[in-house]
Amino acid sequence: MAGTDPIHQFNIVELLSFGTIGADAQGEGGFSLVFTNSALFMVLTVGIIAGYLILSTRGRGLVPSKLQLVSEITYEFIANMIRSSAGNEGMKFFPFVFSLFTFILVSNMLGMFPYFFTVASHLIVTVALALLVMSVVIIYGVYKNGFGFLKLFVPSGIPFLVLIIVVPIEILSFLSRPLSLSLRLFGNILAGHIVLKVFAGFVVSLTSMGIFGIFGAVLPFGMTVALTGLEFLVGALQAFVFTILTCVYLNDAIHPGH
Amino acid sequence: MAGDTKTTVVDKDGNAIIVDGKPVSNDQAYEASSVAHDDAQSDVFPPFDQSTYGPQLFWLALSFGVLYLLMSKVALPKIGEILEVRRDRIEGDLAEAERLRQKTDQAISSYEAELAKSKAKAHEIAEDTRTTIKDELAEKRSEVEADLTKKLSIAEARIQKTKSDALLNVDEIATDTVIELVTKLNTKVSAKLASDAVAKILKG
Repeated sequence: MAGTDPIHQFNIVELLSFGTIGADAQGEGGFSLVFTNSALFMVLTVGIIAGYLILSTRGRGLVPSKLQLVSEITYEFIANMIRSSAGNEGMKFFPFVFSLFTFILVSNMLGMFPYFFTVASHLIVTVALALLVMSVVIIYGVYKNGFGFLKLFVPSGIPFLVLIIVVPIEILSFLSRPLSLSLRLFGNILAGHIVLKVFAGFVVSLTSMGIFGIFGAVLPFGMTVALTGLEFLVGALQAFVFTILTCVYLNDAIHPGH
Repeated sequence: MAGDTKTTVVDKDGNAIIVDGKPVSNDQAYEASSVAHDDAQSDVFPPFDQSTYGPQLFWLALSFGVLYLLMSKVALPKIGEILEVRRDRIEGDLAEAERLRQKTDQAISSYEAELAKSKAKAHEIAEDTRTTIKDELAEKRSEVEADLTKKLSIAEARIQKTKSDALLNVDEIATDTVIELVTKLNTKVSAKLASDAVAKILKG
């Protein structure tokens, strides 16, 4: 039943092993450097992004070719996103935000191919990315503003009595940011792929039930087609949402006083 | 893994104490726990399988780090440079176009000034010519008029002279006629007396 098991697609499969670091005598614990399908798709994602951007701009055309235009549009898209939400000062994070957006977008798009692995369907990956964003925000915010970064929790122009209520809420909302950032991406991708697989599984199960089953399979088949389109949208949208929220949080680090 | 015959009871340290319904020694428990651990990988919902966290984090850090380096050092500066060069080129072209436009405007205005000047000059020349012609005409006319007046006065004088001459002749004729008439009347009259009589009558 592995063919219709909706969870099977998320399995991590070991492809190559480079041994473990810091393992004890029995080979337990430590940090194993196995090259898995997840790692393969991460490397593939990076390879596609870097390869495309570098090769498409090789001509340095004054009048861009179609391929070069895609690179330029992506560049301008992210640059405008940062400028509009974090100002010109946010442009020092441009490579970081650009890497985040393209990494999530391309890995999500790769994940739409049948039998391919979706990197963002694993909680640890989205958590790591979200924590990376929050670390950058906190480290840069403290580095640039010192204690002034704490103004983030104290909205200006609010009476003292209200602040007693507002400040804990602000702190809570700040702490929940990495949680919502990581779970949103993870949940959308995971749920979407499961639903897609469940409906595709219906088609397989129904067609094995004879002539009536084949007619009955038309409905879930249509659903699968529609969901595939939807998943492309969700994959792109979640990359966008993750990136724009990163920009908003970076804006907080640059200008902590609201 | 439902329906798996292997049942493992694990103590709080994670060591199996009962495998397949039989209690096991410490060594066996250790072996069994590692087996159970291996099986667990496919039992747990894969995204929550902690044994995959380490390698995933490692490869994520590696690949994302490489991506960040490639983007910040190679790809993005290159695209940025392309866009910069294009923007400069477009701005340069626009400035050049603006310069040429100003030059054109200048040429047009100088042309118009020249045209206006030429028109004024042409007008002046026309005016000059007209006045010259008018003057000439007036001069000629006055000349002709003077000539005519002179000729007229000469003619009048001649007429006057002819008239007086004629009148003088009339006296003579009258005198002659008087002499003839008197002679016909058989009376002799001197020429002097006859002319005096005629003059007396003419005067009277």
